[in-house]
Amino acid sequence: MIRSDQIRKLLSKAAGIAVLLAGALLAASLCFAAPGNPSQLPSIFDTRSTPTKWIGHLSYFVLSITGLIFVVVFSLLVYAVVKFRKRPGDDGREPAQVYGSNQIELAWTVIPILIVVVLFLATARVIHSIQDAPKPGNAVEVVAIGHQFWWEFRYPQLGVVTANELHIPVSEAAHPTPTFLTLLSADTDHSFWIPQLAGKTDLIPNRVNHTWMDPYQTGIFLGQCAQYCGTQHAKMLLRVYVDSPQEFATWIHAQQQPAVLDENVNAGKRVFETTACINCHAIGGTVADGRFGPDLTHLMSRQTIASGAAENTKANLRLWIQKPDAIKPGSLMPAMQLKNADLDALVDYLETLR
Amino acid sequence: MSAVTSPIAERSLDWKLPYKGKVGMASLIIAESAIFTIFVVAYLFYLGKSITGPTPREVLETPIFFSICLLSSSLTIHLASKELENGHRKTFLILWSITIALGALFLFGTAMEWHRLIYEHGLTISTNLFGTTYYSLVGLHATHVTLGLVMLSIVLLFGLADRVGTDQSARIATLSMYWHFVDAVWVVVFTVVYLIGR
Amino acid sequence: MSSDAIAIPSAGTEARTWVEVVHEWVTTVDHKRLGILYMVYALIFLVIGGIEATIIRIQLMRPHNDFVSPQVFNRMFTMHGTTMIFFVVIPVVFGFANYLVPLMIGARDMAFPRLNAFSFWLTAFGGFLLYFSFLGGNGLYGAGNAPDVGWWAYAPLTSRAFSPGHSSDYWTIALLVSGFGSIGTAVNIIATVLSMRCPGMTLGRMPLFAWLNMFMAGLVILAISPLTAAQVMLCVDRYLGGHFFDTQAGGSATLWMHFFWIFGHPEVYVLVIPAFAFASEIIPVFSRKPIFGYPVMVGATACIVFLSLSVWAHHMFTIGMNSYANSFFAITTFAVGVPTGIKIFNWLGTMWGGKIQFKVPMLFCIGFLFQFLIAGLTGIMQGAAPFDWQLTGSYFVVAHFHYVIVGGILFALFGAFYYWYPKIAGRMLNETLGILHFCLFLIGFHLTFDVMHFPGILGMPRRIYTYEPRPGWGILNLIITIGAFIQGLAILVFVTNLIYSYFKGRKAGNDPWDAWTLEWSVSSPPPAYNFASIPVVESRRPLWDLKHPEDPDSRYE
Repeated sequence: MIRSDQIRKLLSKAAGIAVLLAGALLAASLCFAAPGNPSQLPSIFDTRSTPTKWIGHLSYFVLSITGLIFVVVFSLLVYAVVKFRKRPGDDGREPAQVYGSNQIELAWTVIPILIVVVLFLATARVIHSIQDAPKPGNAVEVVAIGHQFWWEFRYPQLGVVTANELHIPVSEAAHPTPTFLTLLSADTDHSFWIPQLAGKTDLIPNRVNHTWMDPYQTGIFLGQCAQYCGTQHAKMLLRVYVDSPQEFATWIHAQQQPAVLDENVNAGKRVFETTACINCHAIGGTVADGRFGPDLTHLMSRQTIASGAAENTKANLRLWIQKPDAIKPGSLMPAMQLKNADLDALVDYLETLR
Repeated sequence: MSAVTSPIAERSLDWKLPYKGKVGMASLIIAESAIFTIFVVAYLFYLGKSITGPTPREVLETPIFFSICLLSSSLTIHLASKELENGHRKTFLILWSITIALGALFLFGTAMEWHRLIYEHGLTISTNLFGTTYYSLVGLHATHVTLGLVMLSIVLLFGLADRVGTDQSARIATLSMYWHFVDAVWVVVFTVVYLIGR
Repeated sequence: MSSDAIAIPSAGTEARTWVEVVHEWVTTVDHKRLGILYMVYALIFLVIGGIEATIIRIQLMRPHNDFVSPQVFNRMFTMHGTTMIFFVVIPVVFGFANYLVPLMIGARDMAFPRLNAFSFWLTAFGGFLLYFSFLGGNGLYGAGNAPDVGWWAYAPLTSRAFSPGHSSDYWTIALLVSGFGSIGTAVNIIATVLSMRCPGMTLGRMPLFAWLNMFMAGLVILAISPLTAAQVMLCVDRYLGGHFFDTQAGGSATLWMHFFWIFGHPEVYVLVIPAFAFASEIIPVFSRKPIFGYPVMVGATACIVFLSLSVWAHHMFTIGMNSYANSFFAITTFAVGVPTGIKIFNWLGTMWGGKIQFKVPMLFCIGFLFQFLIAGLTGIMQGAAPFDWQLTGSYFVVAHFHYVIVGGILFALFGAFYYWYPKIAGRMLNETLGILHFCLFLIGFHLTFDVMHFPGILGMPRRIYTYEPRPGWGILNLIITIGAFIQGLAILVFVTNLIYSYFKGRKAGNDPWDAWTLEWSVSSPPPAYNFASIPVVESRRPLWDLKHPEDPDSRYE
C-alpha cells in the first residue's frame, strides 16, 4: 500500500511534468511561424539568415546533448525514488552503508569531460564563423547608433540618415549581399536584437561593435532593444524591412533626397524652425540640423513613430508632439506646449515629409 | 537523550588547530587583496587612455625615500613582535613606536606629493582617467595605512599603560600581518604606478 | 554522561519585560540567536521581494497593461533582484551557517562572536537603507526614490547624467555596507571551521555542511571584494567627479561589466553551494546511507569554487568581445558543469540502494535535484555562446536563473527549514502543511518557470514593463502570472506552518530524524553553551558510531 504522501508526491511530480509537456507543445507550435508570414513572431528558431541558421544548428545539437543527459539522469532519479523507497512493513534495518566507488566516480567524470570537449568544438566553430566572417566588397554598410529610446541608422556610403526602421536588401544565395552593421551608442548600453536575422550584439558608448545579417527572404522582421537602457527600454522597438534589390534601390534613392518642399505648409515649417524642434531634429535641406532626436527628413516613409511605439498616423503624430507621455511615458521627447493652431500647422507640415 | 561525548572521551588527543586570529586576518587580507587587485586592474587598463591632462610621466616623482620608510617599518614591526615574544617589553615599545613614526612619515610623504600634484600640476581626481585611477589607488592604500596606524597607536597606548605582555604576542603577530600586507600592497602599487605606469 | 550534569541557572523563572527580551536579542553575540535573526530577516525580505515579483507579474500578465507606470516597474525589478540576492538568500545562508556550523563541529560558538553580531547588523542596516529609498521620494528632502537601474547597475546608466537624484546611491551604499557584513561573516566562518573543530574532527571528518560553507565563505571574500571596489569607483564617479565609467572622458562601460560579473558569477555559487550543503546533509539521512563519495564531493566543490572564478564573461557574450575571448568563456562555462554534474550523480548514488523516506525535507531535496539538473542544463545551453546570443537578455535566461535560485536553492532551503526547525525551535513543523506547501509550490513553480522559457525563445526581452501583442506572448505571460500567485499561496502556507508549529508543533526531542551529525546530540533547542563537554569524534558520523557500536564508521575511514 502506497502512503498518501507518496501518492501526493508522485501526483505533483506528474503535474509538473504535464505542465512541462503542455508548455513544450504550445511553444513548439508557436516557435515556427507560418511560412510566407515572417513578421509578427520573432522566434529564434525561425531562422531567416545565415548567422541565425548557424546558431539554430548549434542549438539543435546542444539541445540534443542536454536532452539526452536530462533523459538519462531523470530516468535514474525516478528509478531510484521508486525502487529504493522505504516499503511499508520494512524491518527497520539500515541498508548497506556504501561510502563510494572510485570506478564509478571516474566514469561519471570522464564522460562529462568528453561531452564538454565535443560541445566546445562545435561552439568554437560557430563563434568563429559568425564573428570572424569576412566582409565582402558588396556588403551594405550601416552604422546603427543607439539612443535613449530610439535607433539611428546611417548608410555612410549612400549618404542616408534615418531612424528606427531599417531597410536592407535581401541576400540571394547566388550573389549574396549581406548587410554589415557597425554598432555605436550615444548614451547608455543598448542591444540590437532581431531574433530571426541575427543574435544580439550590444551598443556600448565609447566602443565599436559589429554584426551582420544576410536575410534569405523579403519581409518585415521585428525586434527590440535587449539591454535595459532606462525608462522606455520596453518601447525601443526595431523593424527591419528586407527589400528586394529594386525596392531597396528605390528606398535609398528616396532617402537620399532632401526634404519635400511644399509651399502649402509653410506655416507649419515656420513653427518647426522657430520652436525648439530644430535643437533635436534634422530635416535635410532646411536649417534644422539637430542630432539628439531622429532625423525627420522622410518621416512619412516610416510606418511607425516613437521607435515603434505607435502607428504613424496624423492623430498619433499630433498626440506625440503634444503629450509624448501618453504614448511613451519617460521618453526624452518633451511636450512642446504648442497652441492648437500651431500644432495643427506643424503636423500638416510633417505629413508632407515623405 | 543521548549524550554525545564519544566513547573514547578519555583518550587525550594531541589536538592543535591554527590560531583563529591568524586565520581570520589571513582571510581578511585575501579579501583586501581582491579589492586592491581591482583598483590595480583599473589603473593598468586606463594607462594611456586619458583624453586630456597631465600624463604620469609629466608629473610623477618616484617617492623612494618614503617608500623606504614604509618598507622599513615592516622590519621594525617584525622585530617588535619578536621582542615581545621574548618578553622584552621596553624594546617592543620602542620598535613599535618607530614603526608608527615610519608609517606616519610615509603618509606625510603622500600628502606632500598630492599637494604638489594638485597645486603645481592641477591634477585632481576629476581631471582625467589618470587622475581618477591614481588618486583612487594610492588613496585606497593610504586609507589602509591610516587604519593600520590607528590600530598600532591603540596598541601603543595599551602598551604604555603596561597592558601588553608576552601573552598578547599572538594578537600582536596578527596585527603585524596586517601591517606587512599594507607594505606588500605598496610594493605592488609602487611598481604599477611609478615603474610600469611611467 | 547526561547533559544535566551541569546545573543550568534557571534563567526563565521571572517574567521578563519585552524591553529586556528585545535588548537581549539586539545585543546577542550567540551564534544561534544571530542565526535566527538572519533567518527571520531573510524571510521578511522574501515576502517583500515576493510582493515586488507579484507586481511585476500582474503588470506583465497581458500586453500593454497599465497596472503600474514604467518608472515603478523599473524600480520593482531592480529592487526584486537586489532584495532577493542580497537580503534574502545571502542572509538566510549565513543564518544557517551561523546556527549549524559550530554545532556540527563541536564548538561552543563562532570564532569571533562580536564580529558575528557586527556583521549581522551591517547586513541588516544595508537592507533598511535600500528600502529607505522608497521613503526618500522625489520631493522629500530631494532624497530620491528607489533605484531603477537593474540589480547590475550597468554604467553609464548609473552616472549622474542618466541617474539624477540619489536612487542609485541607495543601491550602491546599501550594498557596500552589507558587503562589509558579508565579508565579516565569511572571515568568521573560515576561522571557525579551521580553528574551532572539536578533538578528533580532522578536516576529513567534518560534515560536508561545514566544508561547503567554508568554500562558500572563501568565495565570498574573493567575490564580494570586486563588487565593493566597483561600488567605491562608482561613488568616486558620482561624487568626486571621477571617470572610472565615464565614457565621455574615455572611460569604459565594459569595465564595470567585467568588475560586476567577476563578483556576480561567483556570487551565484555563493548562493548555491549552501544549497548543496543542505542537500548533502538531508539526502543521506532520508536515504539511510552515508553520502556517496565524500572526498569527491569535497574535491568537486573545490573545483567549482576555482572554476567559477573563470566564467564571468559568459554574462557578457554579446558585448563584442573577440572570438577567442568568447570561446574561452564558453569552455570554462562548460567545464564548471562537470564537477557540478558529479555532485548530482553523487546525490543519486547516495539514494541508490537506500531506504528513502519521503518526509517533507526529502521531498524538497528531490525537487531540488530534479530542478537543479534542468537549471544546470539550460546553463550549459547558454554556455554555447552563439546560442546565448539569442537567449541572453530574454526571458529564457530569466527562467534559467530562477530555475536555479527558486527551483534549486529555495527548494533546498525549504528542505533545510523543515529539517532543522525541530532543532532550532524544539518542535516539529506540521507534516500535512508541509506536504501542502510542497505540492502548491511545486505546481506554482513549474507553471511559472517552465513556461517562462518560451517567451524568451519567441523573442521577448527581459526588463520590459510592457510588450507588444506578439502571438503567444500574452497567454504565456498570463500562465506565468498564475503560477506566481500559486507560489505566493504556498509561501503563506509555509509561514503559517512556521508560526503555528512554534506554539503547537509536536515536541521534537534531540534527534527526531535519527541522524548522525553532532547537532542532533544536544537538546532541541540547544543550550546556550551548545555542549556540556566538548565532544571527541572518531569518524564522519559520530552519532552513527554511538548508535551502531558494533559497526562504527571509524572502522571504514
